[in-house]
Amino acid sequence: MVGIKSYGAYIPISRMNRDIIGNAWGTRSIGGERSVANHDEDSLTMAVEAAINCLNGEDRQGVEGLFFASTTSPYKEKACSSIVATVADLNKEIWTSDFANSLRAGTSAVRAALNAIKSGEAKSIMVTAADCRLGTPRSVDEQTFGDGAAAILLGDSDVIATIEDVYSVSDDITDVWRTDQDTFVRSWEDRWVLINGYTKNMKAAISGIMKKSGLTPKDFTKVVLYSPDARSHLDLAKSLGFDPRTQLQDPLITTIGNVGTAQPLVLLVSALEEAKAGDRILLASYGDGSDVFIIQVTDAIEKVKNKRGVKRSVGLKMMLSSYEKYLAYRQLVSLPEEFIKLFPSASVMWRTQKWVLSCHGSKCKHCGLVSFPIQRVCFGCHSRDEFEEVRLSDKKGKVFTYSLDNLAGGVDPPTVQTIVESEEGGARIYCLMTDCNPKEVNVGLPVEMTFRRFHREGGFYNYFWKCRPAR
Amino acid sequence: MESIKDKIAIIGMGCCKFGENWNKSPEDMIIEAAYEAYEDAGIDPKDIQAAWLGTVGAHWVGMGGLALAEPLKLQGIPITRVENWCATGHEALRNASFAVACGMYDIAIAVGFEKLKDTGFPGLGIGRGMHPVMEMRRTAPSSFAFIATRYFHTYGLSPEEGKETIAKIAVKNHKNGSMHPKAHFQKEITLEQAVKAPIIAWPLGLFDCCGNSDGAAVAIITRADLAKKFRDDPIYIKGIGLSQNSMMPHFQPGFDWTGFEVTQIAAKQAYEQAGIKNPRKEIDLAVVHDCFTITELIIYEDLGFSPKGKAKEDIDAGTFALDGELPVNTDGGLKCFGHPVGASGLRMSYEIYKQLQGKGDKRQVKNAEIGLAHTLGGHPSVSCVMLYGNDRG
Repeated sequence: MVGIKSYGAYIPISRMNRDIIGNAWGTRSIGGERSVANHDEDSLTMAVEAAINCLNGEDRQGVEGLFFASTTSPYKEKACSSIVATVADLNKEIWTSDFANSLRAGTSAVRAALNAIKSGEAKSIMVTAADCRLGTPRSVDEQTFGDGAAAILLGDSDVIATIEDVYSVSDDITDVWRTDQDTFVRSWEDRWVLINGYTKNMKAAISGIMKKSGLTPKDFTKVVLYSPDARSHLDLAKSLGFDPRTQLQDPLITTIGNVGTAQPLVLLVSALEEAKAGDRILLASYGDGSDVFIIQVTDAIEKVKNKRGVKRSVGLKMMLSSYEKYLAYRQLVSLPEEFIKLFPSASVMWRTQKWVLSCHGSKCKHCGLVSFPIQRVCFGCHSRDEFEEVRLSDKKGKVFTYSLDNLAGGVDPPTVQTIVESEEGGARIYCLMTDCNPKEVNVGLPVEMTFRRFHREGGFYNYFWKCRPAR
Repeated sequence: MESIKDKIAIIGMGCCKFGENWNKSPEDMIIEAAYEAYEDAGIDPKDIQAAWLGTVGAHWVGMGGLALAEPLKLQGIPITRVENWCATGHEALRNASFAVACGMYDIAIAVGFEKLKDTGFPGLGIGRGMHPVMEMRRTAPSSFAFIATRYFHTYGLSPEEGKETIAKIAVKNHKNGSMHPKAHFQKEITLEQAVKAPIIAWPLGLFDCCGNSDGAAVAIITRADLAKKFRDDPIYIKGIGLSQNSMMPHFQPGFDWTGFEVTQIAAKQAYEQAGIKNPRKEIDLAVVHDCFTITELIIYEDLGFSPKGKAKEDIDAGTFALDGELPVNTDGGLKCFGHPVGASGLRMSYEIYKQLQGKGDKRQVKNAEIGLAHTLGGHPSVSCVMLYGNDRG
């Protein structure tokens, strides 16, 4: 039985009321809110969050592959899947691969993972999908788009849902695109895009899999359709014979927005959160064609509880106070230059990735002291190289002391600086706090770790861990 | 282990005007301070046999002793550049002292300077770390705000009580600095001004932070037994303590953030050399590292002037005021002189030197015989304590 073993999702905590965008430009608001990645987030960090949420309670050593799918990878040349795998603390002897350039990349990655598992090449592969697309300022896209990520762990045993069938169509159509020169998403005339792109391809793929499997619309409990906006999927579902009121999965356009490549998997997670054993789900993605899956929920779904998925993410939010902050978060405006005295070094980052990326501390085998970063000579007893590495990224902690710093600069001052005492042996971690209201920070505040983008000194992205209030 | 006590005498010192010295180069400041010291010691530049230079500015790292040799045209003698965070000025004097004490040289010069106002940034910089991400946005104010937050929490001071307590230190130091013609800031401030100042790094406000200034200071030393050949009132080194933390406090397991062990250890070393048993009674004045007002508060405790957790009582009682039981930062401290890093330890020593010679002017501490200068630097991770006396015991 090949199928889904676990899932996780991540939607950034920042939301922007679309009226803010409408007011900024003097245009109509489409209503509702959209998610906005924080200034220290990108598709890679969001994929990490989803991956770690998905891995909660799973055997990380058993994962034999990790795929990263996005149209907004921070790198044009360099595999983000390898970064995600390292940060998620997976084995080195695994297959990592990036799927890019299409909103269908997430489901394409799922197909590739399924094939690898079916062929016996791997027992378990994780697919992550994330996007942080930019709509042209003042465009409807700017309002419709949202940022987010999802992760699905696929395997050949203990599955919560089996994948019964897969079907794809491919169609070259320049309806929605970005060239290698573009920052913002472009599209052709919307009527043409809807009729000849989205509707035509989705219909072809869904009809195709129905015919292939011999199923009819009434055989499905839920239909999860890629939804470019709040309405198009309704018309599509109706025309295919589904009941939009009972069968259609909410595309979350009004609460988080269209999260691009991540959307089909985010909505699948959303469907699985509500699913019962025996449910049959149809999942369809879109982008120069369509991938369609028939998914059958198993009894094991009842065992999956407390995963950080979509429902929780949608409920957790902090409202962005202004459109200008959104522009600053996405680096669409220039901010005052900073006087940062750091030296970038790819080789240093590589040499220290066990603690920079995997968030390992050292636990002394003699005196038990836990230190971060990894210390070769124990601070407590001077033993040399007598330690075991312990992962701190999934351990909670408490604020030991803090400062709200107006001198430290950054996109969103004050910078919240903290000394965290980890529940893992009292290790101390000096880190910045993110996703917080500075007023809620106190000595003793419970926190958790989160992986964030720091800077691009040296021409490459430097990532590290921060903390955020435990939620 | 031998003590340095009474082996070294300072026979001349100089200190330039500290401040935003836009019109002065580092060379100008070094010349100003050095020629004051030459004149004070009554020596000719050619009498100097060895020199130590303290500076931490990125411009000078990797440049050896050039920054000192060129302005003073110190031809042919050995020059060593040293740096040890904010204890850098002290470090120059400390190393010069050891060289003279061992008999290698009879006359040596220690020079410290920094030119902060040429960086274009009104602080010491952001993210001054040893790793590309680990200290991305670390600033000096935040490192000491950690102390303030935790100290207030541990000893049950509300933010208002805590802020008012440390504001009193700012008021005291500004009052002292108003009487020093070489200070950067020579204006008194009120308690209300200090408490209500804009926040730099909560809970520290503008007046809790020392200034950002340019400066240079110089000491000329000789062996104690030669000192009276140069002047009747040389000042003797009674003890030198220096201590370094083995792990950045930010990551050090168990670090309590209410004081610094490095200051306590450096003080213990210096007190033992000098034979000081009760620092509060035996020391007549101290010039300490008030980079932030909270730092001065914990220094009172770390140096043994106040019991742990009780500094507030002494601050409220005026113990450390100019007319108090143990005057601290009689020249206005870093609060008024700013912190040109390499110069600070020597600028502090300059104040003690003058006070012990009875040349403290309006700030003169009565019957001053033993003085202490203290620096604290890094994350913080290093501290130096120097003790001086005007009597060769």
